[in-house]
Amino acid sequence: MLPTFSKNKTSLPTLMAWFWALSLVLAPMAYIIIISFMTRGPYGGVVMTPTLSNYTKLFDQGLTPLIAWAFLRSVLMAAATTVLCLLCGFPLALFLVFKSGKYRNLLFFLLVIPFWTQFLIRVYAWMSLLSDNGIFTQVFGTTWLFTYKAIFIGMLYNYLPYMTMSLYVNIEKLDVMLLDAAADLGASQFVKFVKIVLPLTMPGILAGSIMVFIPALGEFVIPDVLGGGKKFFIGNLLAQQFLTARNWPFGAALSVVLIIVVGLSFYLLSRLGKGRELEELI
Amino acid sequence: MTRFINYSSYVFVFFLYVFLFAPIVVLVMFSFNNASSLAVWSGFSTRWYHELTNDISILEALTNSIEIAFSATILSAALGLCVGLSPKHVFKKLPLLPIVLPDIVQGLSLLCFFIWLSVPLGKISVILAHASFGSAYVATLVRSRVKVIDPNLKEAASDLGAKPWAIFFKITLPQLMPAVISGMLIVFTMSFDDFSVAFFTAGIGAGTLPLKIYSMLKFGVTPVVNALSSLIVMTSVILMTLAFFNRPAKT
Amino acid sequence: MGNLFIETFERFHDTPSVLEIKSVTKNFTNKKVLNEVSLTVNEGEFVSILGPSGCGKTTLLRIIAGHDKPTSGKVFLKNRDITTDEPYFRPIHTVFQRYALFPHMNIYDNVAFGLRCEKKPESEIKDLVNEVLGLVGLQNQGARSIGTLSGGEQQRVALVRALVNRPQLLLLDEPLGALDLKLRLQLQQELVAIQKKFKTTFLFVTHDQQEALNMSDKIVLLNKGVVEQVGTPHEIYESPRSYFAAQFVGSINTLEGMAKEKLSDNEVKIEVPGVGEFKTEPNGYAENATGYLCIRPEKMMIYSKRPTTVPNVVSAVIKSQSYLGTYSQFEVTLKNSQNFIIFQQNTQKLPKKVFKNDDPVFIGWQNNASHFFKK
Repeated sequence: MLPTFSKNKTSLPTLMAWFWALSLVLAPMAYIIIISFMTRGPYGGVVMTPTLSNYTKLFDQGLTPLIAWAFLRSVLMAAATTVLCLLCGFPLALFLVFKSGKYRNLLFFLLVIPFWTQFLIRVYAWMSLLSDNGIFTQVFGTTWLFTYKAIFIGMLYNYLPYMTMSLYVNIEKLDVMLLDAAADLGASQFVKFVKIVLPLTMPGILAGSIMVFIPALGEFVIPDVLGGGKKFFIGNLLAQQFLTARNWPFGAALSVVLIIVVGLSFYLLSRLGKGRELEELI
Repeated sequence: MTRFINYSSYVFVFFLYVFLFAPIVVLVMFSFNNASSLAVWSGFSTRWYHELTNDISILEALTNSIEIAFSATILSAALGLCVGLSPKHVFKKLPLLPIVLPDIVQGLSLLCFFIWLSVPLGKISVILAHASFGSAYVATLVRSRVKVIDPNLKEAASDLGAKPWAIFFKITLPQLMPAVISGMLIVFTMSFDDFSVAFFTAGIGAGTLPLKIYSMLKFGVTPVVNALSSLIVMTSVILMTLAFFNRPAKT
Repeated sequence: MGNLFIETFERFHDTPSVLEIKSVTKNFTNKKVLNEVSLTVNEGEFVSILGPSGCGKTTLLRIIAGHDKPTSGKVFLKNRDITTDEPYFRPIHTVFQRYALFPHMNIYDNVAFGLRCEKKPESEIKDLVNEVLGLVGLQNQGARSIGTLSGGEQQRVALVRALVNRPQLLLLDEPLGALDLKLRLQLQQELVAIQKKFKTTFLFVTHDQQEALNMSDKIVLLNKGVVEQVGTPHEIYESPRSYFAAQFVGSINTLEGMAKEKLSDNEVKIEVPGVGEFKTEPNGYAENATGYLCIRPEKMMIYSKRPTTVPNVVSAVIKSQSYLGTYSQFEVTLKNSQNFIIFQQNTQKLPKKVFKNDDPVFIGWQNNASHFFKK
């Protein structure tokens, strides 16, 4: 596709592509995997002495529950976020496609505006809303800040646009005539939804789920700010190992485990669909 | 029954939008608060905006963010084009990796890698880190755009006597432009917005805006943050409005 | 067993008129889309509603199906007033343009869909579906996915999906509109064959006059919301009752003139200034009315010498000719600079007379080859 200087030599663009692939993607990944098998240096950092201790540590009696719970919490939170986003995003996407009429562009625009503000600002906004004197607290009586509920609100708020857009793109392509045909043959609204809309929007649902679940797995800012840093998720654990405890090899081992979990989730979710969703959703 | 669903759908969507906008509205409101409280209103004042303009560290962070985002966007566009156009199978699947992997893993691995290579941690490291996943987005967009380009155009051009590089710059590249532009917009937004990756790969003096806000959150918050946030919101909205209503054809 | 479908079908359908539309009018804001439309469709007929875009045929179809209600007028299905019935209460099915087959289901599930909505037992569904698939040559193909079907197969699946429910009427909304010519002609034949096999009453909407002529037992010609004419293809083509009908279905050559006098019970005289006087049948005659004299291109003959055996003759000059295999097309210019198109079938390998461009010729036609329509 790209012009080459000569048929046999690799061209500059291909070299650039390899540069990106190797130095910015593969090498860092490989490095993390490698140091997960190395030893912690005396003042932090890495000493190149191979060992499996980082991995065996995962099964250490005292540590395992903590780590396992962190992973479990992350998976459950990511799953809950995904489900919440689906429950809110699907009706919203349906509304945008079918019911918004001439306001569709406007509503779409409005949906995206909060998304265009800084990520951290969005989190901060909820922090002030939910704080002791915050409006939310005044209206609802109890403060939700630093609870799991706050984290969920923050997660939903942050990930909802991704899910909605992915669903929107998919639902928009739905052939309305299929619904007319189904109605013509006697299908009720319920049947139309379950037998036509759901199966045909499944790729969008899966794509949206991938877009939400996997980043949510590694989320550490929202739990940190809205959860008060007291609820431990895998992201927090990782950050702590690298920055506070300065135990890079162990942190690397944890990263590897996270990568495996992410990989598995991605594989499973892709298998449910047909695998093309990711390109479609972008 | 259907009328109930019909009616409640409007209610649901309304409350959803309230949910989406409430924090932003409150944020902007309290940026004009007279007192330093984030929740108790005590009158209108623009003092926090004044304080903002005097805060050098914030302006520095803003400048850094813009510089980094800009550089990362250009670099990603260049690399992304190369990757997106390469026919090798590995370049088809590899961009998925940075897109799917959580920020924190990317940030950490790049941090360790840079330190091992003695790459100085500063703006450069952040730019490279952002270009790492930025190129992946551009590459993906370019690749899907390539599929819809008419292959006959290249043949027609070469038939009329154009040389390979000329064909690339005059025929292929203009056709790919919508994908590249979309990609650049996405990368710029992601870079400007990014916290997790920059958190690990930024050195001293390369603090981006999100990092600065984070430190402000941790060390004591005043409505200066609100003022800053409101300005960002305002700017984003204005830019978005302009962009939205002058949209080129969809990719 | 194999005739379960056909037997039950025949048991339910014994009244002659299936659909009756009485004076249906439909207004949209300030536009009258349908104006006092009335028509009758009989059992087992293949009826086409033919008209140009915007004539109201789709609106009429929607009113029959129940998606719209008429502003005034009534719709009867087998003598039952269904004007205000909701779509799912009407035993009418529609075949949509591009068929709307469910892409995520295979053939069997597509055809079974309507039956499943009616909550029929699976064993009964299985028999019915397999039977109708067999009737259209798709037996044992139930497991095939929709994506693998050819255009013809898609049409067959779409049809049996709608017919397996035994509707009293099947509506078809320009289902062949998006296809290329060759496929369209092939599918037209198949449609008629399936209709005759299932004996369901078909109401077919199209803007393509060739299609309507080819397939229908009866044509309803619709123009600007008004029924211009109802008749068999032959009637519509050979005895058009309005200028619109004459020029919409097939092609015509038109002379503008004035009805001069009634010569006898079956002959009237039309005067065309600058061209001559002509005789035609009395339909549409009104003394001194101005109007159009229309003659079909294939009903005119070209003569090198002025003929004496035909009552209507004009002199002309050959402008151009095209050899089209089955027939040849001639364009001639009359005295008043008007052009006529004439088709001559090539019945002989070597025609009696070969014409050259710019040859002076005579064009002649019989009285019953022309029609007069007053303005």
